[in-house]
Amino acid sequence: MSFWEYLGNRHQQLLTDAFQHAGAVFQCMILATVLGVALGAVTYRSEWAGNLATTATSTILTIPSLAMIGLLIPVVGLGVPPTVVALTLYGLLPIVRNAIVGLRGVDPSLVDAAKGIGMSRVARLARVELPLAWPPILTGIRVSTQMLMGIAAIAAYASGPGLGNEIFRGIASLGSKNALNQVLAGTLGIIVLALLFDAAYVVVGRLTIPRGTRV
Amino acid sequence: MSETVTTSETAGTGGHGATIELENLTKRYPGSSGPSVDNVSMEIRAGETVVFVGPSGCGKSTTLKMINRLIEPTGGRIRIGGEDVTDMDPVKLRRRIGYAIQSSGLFPHMTVAQNIALVPRMTGWPAGRVKARVEEMLDLVGLDPGEFHDRYPRQLSGGQQQRVGVARALAADPPVLLMDEPFGAVDPITRDHLQDELIRLQHELHRTIVFVTHDFDEAIKLGDRIAVLRERSHIAQFDTPEAILTNPADDFVSGFVGAGAALKRLNLTRVRNVEITDYPTVAVDDPLQEIFNKLRSSGTNEILLLDKLRRPYKWLRRGDLMRARGSLARAGTLVSDTVTRDATLRDALEAVLTDNAGRVAVTGRRGEYEGVVDMETLMNSVRELLEADRLEAAEARAELEAARTDRTHAEQEGDDRTGGKSGEVRA
Repeated sequence: MSFWEYLGNRHQQLLTDAFQHAGAVFQCMILATVLGVALGAVTYRSEWAGNLATTATSTILTIPSLAMIGLLIPVVGLGVPPTVVALTLYGLLPIVRNAIVGLRGVDPSLVDAAKGIGMSRVARLARVELPLAWPPILTGIRVSTQMLMGIAAIAAYASGPGLGNEIFRGIASLGSKNALNQVLAGTLGIIVLALLFDAAYVVVGRLTIPRGTRV
Repeated sequence: MSETVTTSETAGTGGHGATIELENLTKRYPGSSGPSVDNVSMEIRAGETVVFVGPSGCGKSTTLKMINRLIEPTGGRIRIGGEDVTDMDPVKLRRRIGYAIQSSGLFPHMTVAQNIALVPRMTGWPAGRVKARVEEMLDLVGLDPGEFHDRYPRQLSGGQQQRVGVARALAADPPVLLMDEPFGAVDPITRDHLQDELIRLQHELHRTIVFVTHDFDEAIKLGDRIAVLRERSHIAQFDTPEAILTNPADDFVSGFVGAGAALKRLNLTRVRNVEITDYPTVAVDDPLQEIFNKLRSSGTNEILLLDKLRRPYKWLRRGDLMRARGSLARAGTLVSDTVTRDATLRDALEAVLTDNAGRVAVTGRRGEYEGVVDMETLMNSVRELLEADRLEAAEARAELEAARTDRTHAEQEGDDRTGGKSGEVRA
């Protein structure tokens, strides 16, 4: 069976897997963004806390993904929970780091002006600092998403959802006639998804970066 | 809503502005040996423009930022419009105080209108009123609302940004306006324009303005009174520009005033305050014979030719007329420079010095002829001005002496009372 025939026969299964893969990455990204930006906003003003947050999240990233999922299984069980926890944790680093860099990069005279005209701490963060730090944060989100696309494939190891199942099935039956097709379909599917997400982020950037700060 | 009420009440206390009293204001940063601002006390009257001027690092900016508590004082009291604001919620306090800074401080991700609307919105004005106010403010600072409303700050020139910055600072109608070197980052020509605008604005609005600069000429131009500050914000002299120029308190002040105090004094007086001499004039349509007659009867060597709109056109000398041979088309020298009644004496002197005959025509609003100022008038006026300043300063000094003697007497008599009062301040 050629690769194209395989795709034709299995497109139903492949689409479901792709959809689940995208869904998992998307939802984990939202979680990671909320957590990452919050972590950045809480720590950026202190040299010490900011560095701690960056170091902690980059340490997470150095744990091999297979090991991470393996370690999570005894704690949260099989299936969706370890996938969500692992993906969210991996997604944090680029977002936290860019949030801290972005927030620290806001022109101090603007922060001074915001304070001077009577904006409260929360208003300053929500209406001045975060909007101005948004472009680097969005870049962080983009990098994070690309990374999670790949890592999400490992989730199949813990019976998680997504295109990883296809790859793992292929690897498990190496030598059979469809093994290569399976691995290939899973991998290419992930690449296509990653490109689609990246295109979506360009659109998101267009819509959410205020005209006044767009270069 | 309650804040809006307070604002208008405070505004009501001094016409439009509010008094600012600083009492023993001190800022000490942890880890530094001495205080950055040491025991500053001053009283700023409602509706007056006070300029803090001093070398960099003297604490003038710190002192300013303590008024809206961007920097929290370590000691002393601040009263605005008679109300002690040293311990009130700083966010609420700042909404009642306009704040304009160097390089405008406009938020780049908001439009001009959004920037200006910030403070009125935060204080809870209804949307309709905010909208109307934005238009009004743009108008006030000389920007066309239709054109600039939806622009982003980066689409404006430096001068326009600074205008919007001032509009934002004034949007919620604060009785007090703090300006921290607002014109420091614009080119000299724009700065000059902005200073003129600020003078005009203040003429209309009568806010209490505290302005920080290190440029003494700017201080002279803008200030009703100038506080010359030395290190730790110690007040070296706090007086009118005239008094500081003619009678600097000590070597530090005279050093800061710099060379040419008499020349700088010329900036403080306008052409309308000096005597303008009338000069024989003729219109461009007058027959040649009449011009001859006028010149002869005037007894001067020269006559000013006006164009159809009565604007100064040419200076005609006797010799020019002799050589004219019936046509004025090529006779005489064109009037190169004129000054208005609002020009400073310095401008007038400049014009007189560059004119080869040592005089300059004064014109009205639409450029029509009003008179002539020459070197002699200028010199006499300057001599009179300086004399008057000196006299005034001597009087003020005598008064101060008298007041000081009185106070010493009072203190000697009532030692207990003063002791109790300072104890209260510390508590």
